[in-house]
Amino acid sequence: MPDSETAVHNLKHHFADLEQQKATSTFGMWLFLVTEIMFFGGMFAAYLIYRLSYYNAWVAGSQTMEIELGAINTAVLICSSLTMVMAVHFAKIGNRKLTAVCLILTLVLGFAFLGVKAVEYHGHWVHHEVPGPNFHFEHEGNYDPRQVSIFFSLYFAMTGMHALHMVIGAGLLTWLLIANARGRFSPEYHSPVELVGLYWHFVDLVWIYLFPLLYLISKHHSG
Amino acid sequence: MSEHAHPTIKTFVTVWATLLVLTALTVFVATLELGPFNAIVALSIATVKALLVLLFFMELRYSTALTKVAMISAVFFWMLLAGLTLSDYLTRGWSSYVNPFR
Amino acid sequence: METVSRSTEPKTTNYLNADYGVKSWLLTTDHKRIALLYLGSITMFFFLGGFFAMLIRLELLTPAGDLVLSDTYNKLFTMHGIVMIFLFLIPSVPAVLGNFLVPMMIGAKDLAFPKVNLASWYIFITGASFILYAILTGGVDTGWTFYTPYSTTYSNTNVITAALGVFIVGFSSIFTGLNIIVTVHRMRAPGLTWRRLPLFIWANYAASVIMVLGTPVLAITIVLVALERLFHLGIFDARLGGDPLLFQHLFWFYSHPAVYIMILPGMGVVSEIIACFSRKRVFGYDFIAMSSIAIAVLGFLVWAHHMYVAGISTYAAMIFSMLSFFVAIPSAVKVFNWVATLYKGSITLETPMLYVFAFIGLFTIGGLTGVFLASVGIDLHVTDTYFVVAHFHYVMVGGMVTAFMGGLHFWWPKITGKMYPEALAKLSAVLVFVGFNLTFFPQFLLGYMGMPRRYHAYPPEFQVLNVLSTAGASILAIGFVLPMIYFVWSLQYGDEAGPNPYRAAGLEWMTPSPPPTFNFDETPEVTWEAYNYDEIDAPKKGVEVAG
Repeated sequence: MPDSETAVHNLKHHFADLEQQKATSTFGMWLFLVTEIMFFGGMFAAYLIYRLSYYNAWVAGSQTMEIELGAINTAVLICSSLTMVMAVHFAKIGNRKLTAVCLILTLVLGFAFLGVKAVEYHGHWVHHEVPGPNFHFEHEGNYDPRQVSIFFSLYFAMTGMHALHMVIGAGLLTWLLIANARGRFSPEYHSPVELVGLYWHFVDLVWIYLFPLLYLISKHHSG
Repeated sequence: MSEHAHPTIKTFVTVWATLLVLTALTVFVATLELGPFNAIVALSIATVKALLVLLFFMELRYSTALTKVAMISAVFFWMLLAGLTLSDYLTRGWSSYVNPFR
Repeated sequence: METVSRSTEPKTTNYLNADYGVKSWLLTTDHKRIALLYLGSITMFFFLGGFFAMLIRLELLTPAGDLVLSDTYNKLFTMHGIVMIFLFLIPSVPAVLGNFLVPMMIGAKDLAFPKVNLASWYIFITGASFILYAILTGGVDTGWTFYTPYSTTYSNTNVITAALGVFIVGFSSIFTGLNIIVTVHRMRAPGLTWRRLPLFIWANYAASVIMVLGTPVLAITIVLVALERLFHLGIFDARLGGDPLLFQHLFWFYSHPAVYIMILPGMGVVSEIIACFSRKRVFGYDFIAMSSIAIAVLGFLVWAHHMYVAGISTYAAMIFSMLSFFVAIPSAVKVFNWVATLYKGSITLETPMLYVFAFIGLFTIGGLTGVFLASVGIDLHVTDTYFVVAHFHYVMVGGMVTAFMGGLHFWWPKITGKMYPEALAKLSAVLVFVGFNLTFFPQFLLGYMGMPRRYHAYPPEFQVLNVLSTAGASILAIGFVLPMIYFVWSLQYGDEAGPNPYRAAGLEWMTPSPPPTFNFDETPEVTWEAYNYDEIDAPKKGVEVAG
């Protein structure tokens, strides 16, 4: 389909022109990210309050994290953000093939992240660090083990919710790949790629804060 | 289509490299014993990384004022949530009330 | 007021008859049809919540707990609260009147995201189904406030199902709010500056800001409660190292601003109606617009006034108390400006105006008693008593439901093209006013005398007031049932309304009644200020209008 036809084909009836439509949908996605900030924010607030009261337990919990895996995952997500902006770039200039390549790379990196996460979760399970009947925490330190259980509760809730958002992101990327393969995007109309990009970067943003908060509290054992 | 500035590929790659360096930096600083500054440095680095992603990858730098206001509002209201809740937790020990039943 | 006689001309195409069949309604993206989908749903839920209220009031006729078991009574007030708040009050004006009117008032053809709008309704129905399922399979007894650790550990009822239902319904609210904000920012007609907008838009915009910022926190809190209940986590359970007050902080961070989500759109309705039936521009337009924003922002700063006696620090209580006094100011500003609008106005007492007068009086009482409750010293004595119950029913029923009824009557001609029977409508309004006061004023007295809330038995000295309250509730019920009947009757037998039966200002009145699917054949260009009643009435008065 020629580009101008794609553009006209995609203009919704209640908008005056594509520019208004794009500005509107972009603002809509940013507003949705505002809700996501408040959504994750509730858990971050709970984390913050408990960290101040239960610092030693937080240190003990954090020290069971494998910093190497966390750092690798951080790097993986940063790379996926780069491949995502490249996907948007290629969609903007109308290069369908390279758009697909970058989307696939982003998807692969996303799955890599989830794979590492799965390894980490398995490790925690094996070491009895998952709250519930299987929880058993014995490391030396001046803390109440129930408090460490709360650390792990928040750890799994926060990283679990983050992982869920990544899975949704993977779904969105797949949808983009299909739409791209069908020639839906053009230099005039590629806002879905940009909007999914915004979502994907946001998920990266959450991890940028999760990593130091959960993995890097203190290398030194609490007194 | 309205023309407004966009980051170049060069900018994207520079930002990407900076993000990786900052990640390495924050891991390194975490190995040092800085007391309360560990948290401050770690969160500061995280904030710089977050701003890089927001401003350049998400092109917030080139977005409308309305979008910037929306993002700032979200952060502001989160700070209200955390801050006012903390006003309770941080001042609970201040009361001089002595429980006669202890 | 002249009435338009029944037309014998063939009906033109409007949004109601543009397409027929169940699919055309269930798959519609027309904001007007979606508004009606919501209207049907929330009406059903209103009567469901009312049913629970009826059982509560029947139980409270006698001091002994003799109608239902105490566990059952706990379920009754819980379900009454959940259904009324989440399935009726939160969506009522924004999702019904807001959906219908916001695009029309700004000269747009639809909301910014019509498919999201439809999804929003389906999400609402899905969440409501979870809640209904929870009700039908044994109920929930935690109170609509889901306090921990009872909800996470000790209750044996369908907490997770009900909580998940609330979680899902929350997303419906978020999407509606998101839609309204984006629409108002991006789709106003040419010439329609912010200060020319009807105050209804300002009100719904402010409420939408609250929806977008506050509801996600409720959502994550519910997720944590569900996880805690499933996996015995302990985040909110002192026995397991957690703090129950953290739940309350997170819960009320949303649930206090939620009351402003409920009342702000009603205030918007009041502004529109009072201007029309005083034939005057609303006094202090800028102040009312700004006060809507102020309420939205300040409303986020006061939540712990629900927790004064829960165990928070005294210093935090004092801070929240001071902030709670502040939040009353913008509401008071509105009340004064509405009353000033009446001054030298050409007032007529059509049904919508009756509801507006009721609103101003009842909301003032409700709001003032809220200020009493903001004072820690007073709250220590009346918290968790019927004083609080009376306070919030005055603002939510005397305020919000009254405003919703007024709005429903005011815009009914636009929505359906028919007029309701005026005499019967006025009678219903009076019944609602009398019934409401008889139901809830005695509750102020009961609370002050010490009757606790959420108890199904009480000391005998409280019986007389409780009987009065139940009697009032029956009158109130009739006042709500009558409109159900005559509104439906009017669809078939009501007078044809014409485009603007009240000669009201606003773009929505410049379309046929009912409007066509895309509202405007051509996007209007706005060159006049809001509430230009002087221009509208000028030929009638025979007065030259300068400019």
